[in-house]
Amino acid sequence: MLQTALEHIESEQDFEETLASNENVMICCGRMGPMCLPVYDVMDALTPTYPNVAFRDMAFDEPVGKTIRSLPETAGFAGLPFTVYFKHGKVVAATSSIQTMEQVTTILDEHFGAQD
Amino acid sequence: MRTDYDLIVLGAGPAGLTAGIYAARARRSVLVLDTGTIGGQTVLSYHVANYPGVTETSGRALSQAMLQQARAFGCDVKAFAQIAEVDLSAPLKTITLKDGTAFGAPAVILASGGVPRKLGVQGEDRFVGRGISYCATCDGDFFTDRPIAVIGGGNSALEEAVALSRYASSVTIIHEFDHFQAEPWIVAEARANEKISFLMNQRVLGFSGDTQLSAVSSVDKETGFAVETRVDGCFIFIGYVPNSGAFAHQVKLTEYGEIVTDGSLETSLSGVFAAGDVRQKRVRQVTTAVADGTIAALAALEFLSDLAA
Repeated sequence: MLQTALEHIESEQDFEETLASNENVMICCGRMGPMCLPVYDVMDALTPTYPNVAFRDMAFDEPVGKTIRSLPETAGFAGLPFTVYFKHGKVVAATSSIQTMEQVTTILDEHFGAQD
Repeated sequence: MRTDYDLIVLGAGPAGLTAGIYAARARRSVLVLDTGTIGGQTVLSYHVANYPGVTETSGRALSQAMLQQARAFGCDVKAFAQIAEVDLSAPLKTITLKDGTAFGAPAVILASGGVPRKLGVQGEDRFVGRGISYCATCDGDFFTDRPIAVIGGGNSALEEAVALSRYASSVTIIHEFDHFQAEPWIVAEARANEKISFLMNQRVLGFSGDTQLSAVSSVDKETGFAVETRVDGCFIFIGYVPNSGAFAHQVKLTEYGEIVTDGSLETSLSGVFAAGDVRQKRVRQVTTAVADGTIAALAALEFLSDLAA
């Protein structure tokens, strides 16, 4: 399990329920490594600003990680973490490797709507 | 609306947090602001094994311990601050955020660290996470039994090349000079590794591929001979550049963008100090950042005492 302040997705059922019950979802699938930690921190910092987005993380090496690893949108990714954005259960964006606050907010604003 | 402090520290890496600890413990009001996450470049280290008194830890754990210590002494620490303007010219220096919030202090410590140096060549941004990586420990296993390149010639590049040889089918080290800057012991270890080969004196021109990286293009700086190295992955370790852009026209910088300081780490501006990787110095380690933070904080405290006298 990841040691972060975010809610974790720990099973395939969890994953399906999260997508079914939230219009906008951002999932960061990674490890507790130096490229992943800053992204978890960015998500944690953005949680109050984007109440319309469900921010979740997922352990890359656990069985549940397959839900992200096997997506067509992450095929060819070779840098942790894999971060995927879903709207109505469909992938609208995906990134590989470390991302800055600015890169994340650009995607959130584009696909989920800018927040004041 | 502006909130005033005795001291503002820009940067929450080891230098900035140490400065915060010292100044807050001296019962000064202190704000530490960082535009990114807490810990600076230290969080990019999986293992920190040479920090005295701590047998082994992670960069994250060390940073979090420093953060807790700073906050316990009363230091305000804010991560992901979106800084719009830094004005160091007046006696009361001001930092304004994009949302209009402003902070003022008579003394400021610049501890904004560095950012990884980029090659600035074609394809570099496009293939990050799709073959290009800056973290061997994070991404090495994506390249198991596949050919990779490592760009750089310092300790990090050579050490990571050796580490990556445990995964990759081959490792080509591409370096811009005809000699390495790395310590001789790690150069010898790399040279003795059968999976590692060397392309010296190269200027990297760019990266190519379809949806994933497939080649690194370079040219021999002396002969002009063009080389295409076919690889699935490329790890870049070419050092850091000081994160001093926001202060460029306010304090004196070297030609490399490092902040120039005196013996007490004061910059060319009175009341403005610099600590850690952002300042001009030779050795950049967590331990030297911590030392800088201490010296800059004590000098800033003296400056504040003199102001009140």
